[in-house]
Amino acid sequence: MTSRLLPHAVLVAALLVFALPIWIAVVGATQESSAIARGEMSLLPNLSGFGVFGDVLMNGATGTGPVWRELLVSAGMALAIALGKIAVSIPSAYAVVFFRFPFRMTAFWLIFLTLMLPVEVRLIPTFQVMSSLNLINSFTGLTVPLIASATATLLFRQTFATLPDELVEAARMDGAGPLRFLFDVVIPMSAANIAALFVILFVYGWNQYLWPLLVATDPHLDTVVIGIVKMIGLDRETEWNKVMATAVLALVPPVAVVLLMQRWFVKGLTEGDK
Amino acid sequence: MAGLTLQDLRKSFGGTEILKGVDLDLPDGEMLVIVGASGCGKSTLLRLVAGLETPTAGRILIDGRDVTGVDPSARDIAMVFQNYALYPHMSVFDNMAYGLKIRGLSRADIRAKVDEASALLGLDALLARKPRQLSGGQRQRVAMGRAIVRDPKLFLFDEPLSNLDAKLRVQMRGEIRRLQRRLGVTSLYVTHDQVEAMTLGDRLLVMHDGVPVQFATPMDVFERPADTYVAGFIGSPAMNLLPGILERDGSAVTVGGVTIPLAGRRFTGAGGHPVTVGIRPEHVVVDPAGAEWPVELVEPLGSETLVHAARPGGATLTVKLAGGGTDVGGMVPVLFPPEHLHVFDRNTGRRMEPANAA
Amino acid sequence: MERRTLFPGRALPALLILPQLVLTAVFFLWPAAQAIWLSTRREDAFGTSTAFVGLENFADLFADPLYVAAAGRTALFCTAVTALAMGAALLLAVFADAEIRGRAFYRTMLIWPYAVAPAMAAVLWVLMFQPQIGLVGAWLNRVGIRWDYRLDGTEAMALVIGAAAWKQVSYNFIFFLAGLQAVPKTIIEAARIDGARGFHRFRTIVLPLLMPTVYFLLVVDVVYAAFDTFATVYALTQGGPGQSTQTLVLKVYLDGIVNADVGSSSAQSVVLMAGVILLSSLQFRFLGRKSAT
Ligand SMILES: Nc1ncnc2c1ncn2[C@@H]1O[C@H](COP(=O)(O)OP(=O)(O)OP(=O)(O)O)[C@@H](O)[C@H]1O
Ligand SMILES: [Mg+2]
Repeated sequence: MTSRLLPHAVLVAALLVFALPIWIAVVGATQESSAIARGEMSLLPNLSGFGVFGDVLMNGATGTGPVWRELLVSAGMALAIALGKIAVSIPSAYAVVFFRFPFRMTAFWLIFLTLMLPVEVRLIPTFQVMSSLNLINSFTGLTVPLIASATATLLFRQTFATLPDELVEAARMDGAGPLRFLFDVVIPMSAANIAALFVILFVYGWNQYLWPLLVATDPHLDTVVIGIVKMIGLDRETEWNKVMATAVLALVPPVAVVLLMQRWFVKGLTEGDK
Repeated sequence: MAGLTLQDLRKSFGGTEILKGVDLDLPDGEMLVIVGASGCGKSTLLRLVAGLETPTAGRILIDGRDVTGVDPSARDIAMVFQNYALYPHMSVFDNMAYGLKIRGLSRADIRAKVDEASALLGLDALLARKPRQLSGGQRQRVAMGRAIVRDPKLFLFDEPLSNLDAKLRVQMRGEIRRLQRRLGVTSLYVTHDQVEAMTLGDRLLVMHDGVPVQFATPMDVFERPADTYVAGFIGSPAMNLLPGILERDGSAVTVGGVTIPLAGRRFTGAGGHPVTVGIRPEHVVVDPAGAEWPVELVEPLGSETLVHAARPGGATLTVKLAGGGTDVGGMVPVLFPPEHLHVFDRNTGRRMEPANAA
Repeated sequence: MERRTLFPGRALPALLILPQLVLTAVFFLWPAAQAIWLSTRREDAFGTSTAFVGLENFADLFADPLYVAAAGRTALFCTAVTALAMGAALLLAVFADAEIRGRAFYRTMLIWPYAVAPAMAAVLWVLMFQPQIGLVGAWLNRVGIRWDYRLDGTEAMALVIGAAAWKQVSYNFIFFLAGLQAVPKTIIEAARIDGARGFHRFRTIVLPLLMPTVYFLLVVDVVYAAFDTFATVYALTQGGPGQSTQTLVLKVYLDGIVNADVGSSSAQSVVLMAGVILLSSLQFRFLGRKSAT
């Protein structure tokens, strides 16, 4: 019997380790900030306290703007990065896979190199480039520089390389040129991969921290992740119930995207990244 | 008028010559089957004709028009692939219609053509399905339909049946043949299945190492193989090839220690010239008067029996006997009827023709 | 694998790849080159001009006890985070791969944390471990175990390691589970017939087949711990108390952006760059796949 119970025990314990903080956040959000600060938090939600979600959405907390705007910035950033990366990397992967042109591999390696250059290793010069291009404190600066990265290109390159040659040949005999083939055959056939990548990139965009910290000091461009760290950073006057409410709001969109598209996302992640 | 003409067609891949000069004149409306061992360049030849590869040298004419440098889509051809290459995300209808849409045909025209082709192939009920919802045979038919709707001057088939099971293969073989006859479209058909080759083709092109070794009707190839390669390749079980010596003035051969007079045939070759003597297993006669061969293995196939014999020197012989439970002892005495002997030059492998050929 | 069939033309592919190349050049290659360039220069005492100083910035860096300490701390941090995240994930994946009831539910509940931002992991861990308000943190103090990571360096280090590993378990779990599911059932059955069971079967049959995944995750996790945890650590402790949780990325940021010491920060960037390149080439060596040809 123990061998039957052990897996359940371990898995339930793990599940709690991950879910408990979320529960605390939901419950804590509904309680009095002062009670939380005294360490007197109940483990059950105060049913009359759910108004705090509306409150932070509309008014934010001390030191931050309204959370709806932060959520909007986060969503805009995540969508722009996810869609932008897909829009940039599909054509480049397509060019590398389906054509031969001078310096093809050089171009590919240059793109590939970006994998080894996370923003942390080029912090100051990137900041300087951003300011000389006047991109500091702009939505463009927040998103466009993150649109170029090799992950998506590599994934699509791999997907495209597995399309059977005969399919290309059939399309050529049908009279489809390269662009037609791209839009009529390659993109529809890669729909599942595109969906998977969208999840990965959306989460990536939503979760950015260092980049917005670096290029967007204007509070109007605060993402919800930046906003919430600002809230707890104050420490003295922290309104803990608002922090918790904001944490829940910040987690809902990316978690929802992952859960809704779980099957594609897991497949895309494990097949693509390796 | 020639449906397809190839002139000294050559193809190299990075220094290795894969096709070493193919010349061909295929009459309009005929079906040419290209056979040969794996890797001999059959697909390459087909892909050159399709325009999917560029020849290193030579010319390709379809219906009298030089298409050597022309884009595949402008050659007025259609191709059926081994793995069908159907667009997996499109319905059967859209698969067939795609090429027509690109050509800018009107909706009504497209519908009419697809309907006609699907009626011909019995696909009417399947038009809305996706390829993954079809059986292998049905996919094969869709691939054919996609080729037919285009009304091409030339059909190209690259081993279209090799992904089907044996029974379906026989059925589809018949269908392809009927369809091709009915449409009267010049066709190239690549296979390495010799039954397909024999039954489908008006003409056969046997390839060996990038060289066409024989271009003739199937019966011609079977009855008068151009060299030992073709002799061994066409016919099942394969023709027996035994070392022999031309005797006297070329009117007899010695094979397996027995000298056989060649009933009226006389080869222009000095006595003592080394030859390879070929005889098909079904032509070997078991006769108590014959030379004895030690039996190695007997394979009863039901309606016939294969007897494999070998001599200590390494010479092997296969004999095909009618009937099932033929009892053969440890030795099988055989005679080689002279009228069924094929004689090849042992040095060149080429078929030797009698000087006094009738 | 190269394709057999290609499209002709040069202008179109150039056009297709151009946007990505431009973005790459402007925001990645140029700044990276700049980092290398800046790492060889130093401002004069008045901050008015810079001069070429060769490798002096690097020499200073490695002579700086604070930097060396940060490097050691980072090594400890990366090792601990990687070991914890991988160990826990492997254990969970093995259990979640077994034929048990509620498998799909368990999987889903272990996959969603993938969506948690490194910075959010910090926030959630504050809610758990903050000495006054944190569920666990306040409880510890109530039962008489003194706990305050804002004052105690060791506690702070344990906390950031925990939070960073916590966030990465889910990613590893997804890969381990996929790896386990890719082990052919026939191999397991053959091992059962051979009499291998339980942990022995796992160690001798399953684990060797899982090694590519292990190597892959090893590199990914080390890179994650070295770079992506910036947000986790910065939001939790900002490197403190003192320098006790200051990892190399935090130092690049603090020295470069907060203290505006461009030369030193750039030299640190270049050292990190070398680190990533080293790790990536290790990955190629071990995996031999995902190759770019
Ligand atoms: N794109 C290519 N690049 C290099 N070599 C090639 C290419 N295409 C074919 N070859 C080579 O040319 C030779 C002939 O290939 P081909 O595909 O024409 O053979 P085949 O007769 O169709 O064989 P099979 O019966 O196996 O299909 C092979 O040795 C093959 O390796
Ligand atoms: Mg072939």
